[in-house]
Amino acid sequence: MDYGTLLQLLDSTIRLATPLLLASLAGLYSERSGVFDIGLEGKMLVAAMCAGAVAFYTGSAWVGALAGIFGSLIFALVHGVTSITFRGNQLIAGVALNFLASGLTVLTAQALFGQGGRTPPLEGAARFNPITLPLADALQGLPVIGPFYREVISGHSILVYAAFGIVALTWWVLYRTRYGLRLRAVGENPAAVDTAGIKVNNLRFSAVMVTGILCGLAGAYMATALQAGFGKEMTAGRGYIALAALIFAKWRPVQAMYACLLFGFFQALALRPDVVEAVMRVKVPVPFLDALPYILTVIVLAGFIGKAIPPRAGGEPYVKER
Amino acid sequence: MDRLPRWADVGLVPFVSLTLAALISALVIIAIGQDPWEAITVMVEGSVMNAYGWGYTLYYATSFIFTGLAVTVAFHAGLFNIGGEGQAQLGGLGVALAVLFIPWPHWSIALLAAAVSGALFGAAWAAIPAYLQAKRGSHIVITTIMFNYIAASLMIFMLVDVLRPPGKMDPATANFPPEASLPSFNEIPGLNLIFTSKVPANVTFFIALIMAVVVWLLLWRTRLGYQIRAFGKSEPAARYAGINPTRIIMIAMLISGGLAGLMAINNVMGEAERLLGNSASGAGFIGIAVALMGRNHPVGVVLAALLFGFLFQGGAELGLWTKIPIELRTVVQGLVILFTGALDVMVRMLLTRIFALFRPSRPEAA
Repeated sequence: MDYGTLLQLLDSTIRLATPLLLASLAGLYSERSGVFDIGLEGKMLVAAMCAGAVAFYTGSAWVGALAGIFGSLIFALVHGVTSITFRGNQLIAGVALNFLASGLTVLTAQALFGQGGRTPPLEGAARFNPITLPLADALQGLPVIGPFYREVISGHSILVYAAFGIVALTWWVLYRTRYGLRLRAVGENPAAVDTAGIKVNNLRFSAVMVTGILCGLAGAYMATALQAGFGKEMTAGRGYIALAALIFAKWRPVQAMYACLLFGFFQALALRPDVVEAVMRVKVPVPFLDALPYILTVIVLAGFIGKAIPPRAGGEPYVKER
Repeated sequence: MDRLPRWADVGLVPFVSLTLAALISALVIIAIGQDPWEAITVMVEGSVMNAYGWGYTLYYATSFIFTGLAVTVAFHAGLFNIGGEGQAQLGGLGVALAVLFIPWPHWSIALLAAAVSGALFGAAWAAIPAYLQAKRGSHIVITTIMFNYIAASLMIFMLVDVLRPPGKMDPATANFPPEASLPSFNEIPGLNLIFTSKVPANVTFFIALIMAVVVWLLLWRTRLGYQIRAFGKSEPAARYAGINPTRIIMIAMLISGGLAGLMAINNVMGEAERLLGNSASGAGFIGIAVALMGRNHPVGVVLAALLFGFLFQGGAELGLWTKIPIELRTVVQGLVILFTGALDVMVRMLLTRIFALFRPSRPEAA
């Protein structure tokens, strides 16, 4: 494999890791607050549809992204009301919302555009287009680093850079702010947080809403940056891979970024079986590469590579003592 | 909170949940500019107003009984098995291997062998998540989701690279031998008087009903069933009573996976008569809705499976005859799971308030 191919692979890795990363960070907020969310997939899907449709009508990717966030927030709200207010089963609620998203997106897109559940292809300003970072062309002459900067670091859409920025932001919020401290505490021991005079349910609601916003960005990225428009089931299990990455990272933001890059790399490899074959010198079945993130997650869950211990109060609704 | 009377708990709560789900579905249909009344008419006419429709409704219901029972058994042990889809796909592999490579003299023997093989494959696919939950505390919900995806990849690999006959393009096995063809309702003496044209519903429907009885006997009439339910209600109490958690988790998940795998005798052996990609086509997930709506009781599961059979066949008719996309059934499925599974507390609260209005105020118990 030559350097050019490697750069191509890394470039796709970044592009494919971004939706995983946004969804993974989304899940981090909810789960750290003690609300399990297996509905990341559904929220991304809804956001992708809203973003694709609105971007098509308005011709603006930015308005589309806002619409995506709005759609995802509605689903997050339902998840919150169900699992926080009515103390329903969080996992079942997530499963239900995933099915709802899967059906509703197709129904809506079909009713709006009549193209078999797709939105029409987006072009121009209706998509987040690649940005060339400063000096990308000037530095091209530098050996190794120049092409790397130009091919891998530069030339992505704004949402890609935003996603990596949000990693840093999330780290800062989680470990350096009062809100972050409370968030971590409420996921471990809500009663203690309650004793300190903080409303557990409000805190959890705020976390679930942040999850909605970030899933909205992830979905908008799918429909208006990675691809040109919404397609039926276009998230294709990315919400679950993001969840897997989150567990793999033991619910920590920076590690989640590494996990998403790793899983993004697998997805990039699955697109280039020829490269895998050339490097490994044996034919590796593509389905195996597709399954790798899931297999790795199971191994991590099994505790063979350090144990993944979820937030202690995760999955349990909080009932205030009377 | 006051307790609801038993009849309300068993009958009214699911009924109200279902009504809410139906109402919202109707709103969705109105929102996409279609007529809900027309939709329900088309659904009813296409699925339960003639024998042909029933032939499909019962075919779908058969699959859903198996997967609903699978989720039910796991639920009673306090385990949420989302892996029915993958287990059913692996069951399909087991059925295909048993039927393709051994020349069975008669369909009845072939069915027996396929059932055992399908159940074993399904159980095997549930075994790893079960073991990880029991021994290493890995959350079964996450591992079974992961195993669904791993199963999907494995099946693509098996169908494209291993089992596909040479020279064929589509990722599927060869057709099963005619000796292994199961009698459909239109080929069964007696039933063929009603079902005059070819329908996919087949003998495995009766196996599904038998399994419902077996699961009921297992859960409420055996020592093992008692242990499973006790463990599901309270793990510490069960542990204190000398019930081995590892054993119960393993057994409950193996039975659950086996039931999901058993579904393949209906769709793979009974209908397609070869193994296709994505063979379970969502039935594993519908099992979750069926179990929740059936209140985790075999009788409820059979009734809920019939309802979902109607929904599935009716939904297909919608796709054919109206402008409402077939995906409406996914929406309804999601709503049913949401209302019967996650929002049942809300429905209960609502009903308790209403009941309290009609109850004469009684003196406080001393």
